Amino acid sequence: MSVNRRDFLKYAGLSTILGLGGVSVIDKLFRSEAEAAVFNPIPEALSAERWAMVIDMSKFKTADDYNRVINACHSIHNVPELENEKHEIKWIWTEKYENTFPHQSDEYINESIKHQPFMVFCNHCANPPCVRVCPTKATFKRKDGIVMMDYHRCIGCRFCMAACPFGARSFNWEDPRPFIKNKNLDFPTRTKGVVEKCNFCAERLAKGLKPACVEASGGALVFGDLQNPDSEVRRILSSRYAIRRKPELGTGPSLYYIIGGNEHA
Amino acid sequence: MYNRGNIIAGLVIFAGLVSFPVYYNMGKEASIPEPKIDTPVIQQLDKKECVESKSFMRANHMQLLNDWRDSVAREGKRELITLGGKVFEKSLQNGCMKCHSNKKEFCDRCHSYANVNPYCWDCHIAPEENKT
Repeated sequence: MSVNRRDFLKYAGLSTILGLGGVSVIDKLFRSEAEAAVFNPIPEALSAERWAMVIDMSKFKTADDYNRVINACHSIHNVPELENEKHEIKWIWTEKYENTFPHQSDEYINESIKHQPFMVFCNHCANPPCVRVCPTKATFKRKDGIVMMDYHRCIGCRFCMAACPFGARSFNWEDPRPFIKNKNLDFPTRTKGVVEKCNFCAERLAKGLKPACVEASGGALVFGDLQNPDSEVRRILSSRYAIRRKPELGTGPSLYYIIGGNEHA
Repeated sequence: MYNRGNIIAGLVIFAGLVSFPVYYNMGKEASIPEPKIDTPVIQQLDKKECVESKSFMRANHMQLLNDWRDSVAREGKRELITLGGKVFEKSLQNGCMKCHSNKKEFCDRCHSYANVNPYCWDCHIAPEENKT
């Protein structure tokens, strides 16, 4: 018995369809066991087009006002306290007036402002030079304006430290672990040979919390969306005169400083 | 052939030295590691399963962790994973290790058997294990 061409094609087509169907049936039966994990975005996460902060220096009065803010940040981010000053790691710290605003400082300014320590940290620039120089893209700018680091990629070349005009970055010259007093077990530490800096609390924003420094500042630091005209940050900026650090460099810092009390502002 | 004695003796010694590791480890075969999964959290799960099948995780967990890292750090896709009636973070330190709190018996067993040294724990803090 011979099969003619027409019949052969019919059989071939039919068996292909059966075969394909069979594979999918077998797949369903044996493979889909562990498909029960469901991934959902965190509903309370905060988002913005560009995060920014207003720092009202008139609300920093005592040493405790500064320390509370610094400790809030450094304790949750496992920032070590190193004895060697040259190895210092800092995410948020204080700077003298003339170093904070080097081209805007005035010799005859109010004495209390002249000698006031200024709260400084990463400016999360709109045009961040650290991102441009990073050879591995370990430092990058997120869509919401946060300049962030992926420590896995950092090779410790320190180009970013040279590029940053604000000194916002620190290098781990030694293993930081032994110098962290109380580790926050929910946040990683860093390791020897990587650069680190403020991350605008990206991990807290994702859970709907404002940055730790803002929470601890008692209203001296205000956090919000610079692109949203109704945000608290924009409301303050439209009513008070604020300056930024080294605007002439064109990096577009996202931190705004309000200096001087209400009576002269 | 000159110095036959020396050469042959030298070759024997050389062969003996080169094959020393083979003889030394003969019969001392390391047993195939079985990572332990009986932690308190896993015991409480309705259904004992991970985000992927056991075979997938065994072969591809490192790739999965890299993908998670990139999506969390770069794309900001921090998500919550609902699994076996519980909610976990998409994270190594705050996710995986909440179940697999036995790093020594879960991670290290295979890693030392395979002689791989991932640098996860240089930065990520391993859960504190009960020293019993």
